[in-house]
Amino acid sequence: MKAKVYVNLKSGVLDPQGKAIQHSVELLGFSGISDVRQGKYFEIALDGSVDDSQARESVEKIAREVLSNPIIEEYRVEIES
Amino acid sequence: MKFGVIVFPGSNCDHDAYHVISKHVGQPVDFIWHRDTDLSSYDAVIIPGGFSYGDYLRAGALARFSPVMNSVKKFADSGRFVLGICNGFQILCEAGLLPGALIRNRDLHFICEHVNVRTETIDSPFTNELTRGSVLRIPIAHAEGNYVCDDATLDELQNEDRIVFRYCDRAGNVTAESNPNGARDNIAGICNRGRNVLGLMPHPERACEDLLGSSDGRDIFRSLAATLAAVVV
Repeated sequence: MKAKVYVNLKSGVLDPQGKAIQHSVELLGFSGISDVRQGKYFEIALDGSVDDSQARESVEKIAREVLSNPIIEEYRVEIES
Repeated sequence: MKFGVIVFPGSNCDHDAYHVISKHVGQPVDFIWHRDTDLSSYDAVIIPGGFSYGDYLRAGALARFSPVMNSVKKFADSGRFVLGICNGFQILCEAGLLPGALIRNRDLHFICEHVNVRTETIDSPFTNELTRGSVLRIPIAHAEGNYVCDDATLDELQNEDRIVFRYCDRAGNVTAESNPNGARDNIAGICNRGRNVLGLMPHPERACEDLLGSSDGRDIFRSLAATLAAVVV
């Protein structure tokens, strides 16, 4: 069983890294890009001793309390059996 | 009175803080390893600058889980004094001892330079020997010093007189140009509601000797020492 956690800056929080990436991409000649936001992605391997809903509950807690800072970031959890 | 300087793996301004307390404040000071949890013999602790845990995940995010931080929370709750400098400020925010967060500088650069900050309140144990409005020249050295918070938090900080330092120009004007990192409302340092916990991005411990370009940081340590002299038997 594997959990995937995506952490992104909340909309409205300045992301200068995303802006710099967008600028570089545009220098490469790509057009039509209106915004780039950089986030973080985590893969958490679970040993299968808990069911999906318990796994989700634990990983949501990990995402909320460790992987993200709720003041500036939001997260999304996916569980793969 | 006795000071402690907390040392995390990756702290690198711990010796500067120790030096200032022992040489300029002239008081006993210990290093406290982050696995230690007994703070009972201290009256004030400093969470120094550096790159605790290599700034992995987010600056200050992992230091918050070090064993000593539970003790620091209790220490602060008991009214004793906590000073977080730079990475120490980031740790205090991550730990929820101070509101808001510190994100990547507006212009992405790691900024290492002397800046001017205006003393916004002298109603704190860290600034009570200063004059309100006085300008201190203190260095900053950070990549994540852009203070952010929501509107409600900003209102609270303002209404409760908890914004302690703001970035300003040499004359003390708080302007967009004098804001080095994009911090909301030019905020360089704030205190908690109990006023016994201060976090600031500038490094006063690097500004205690004229030889180093400024000795303005001494006033902050002098204030804290004066406060302690009054309350510690």
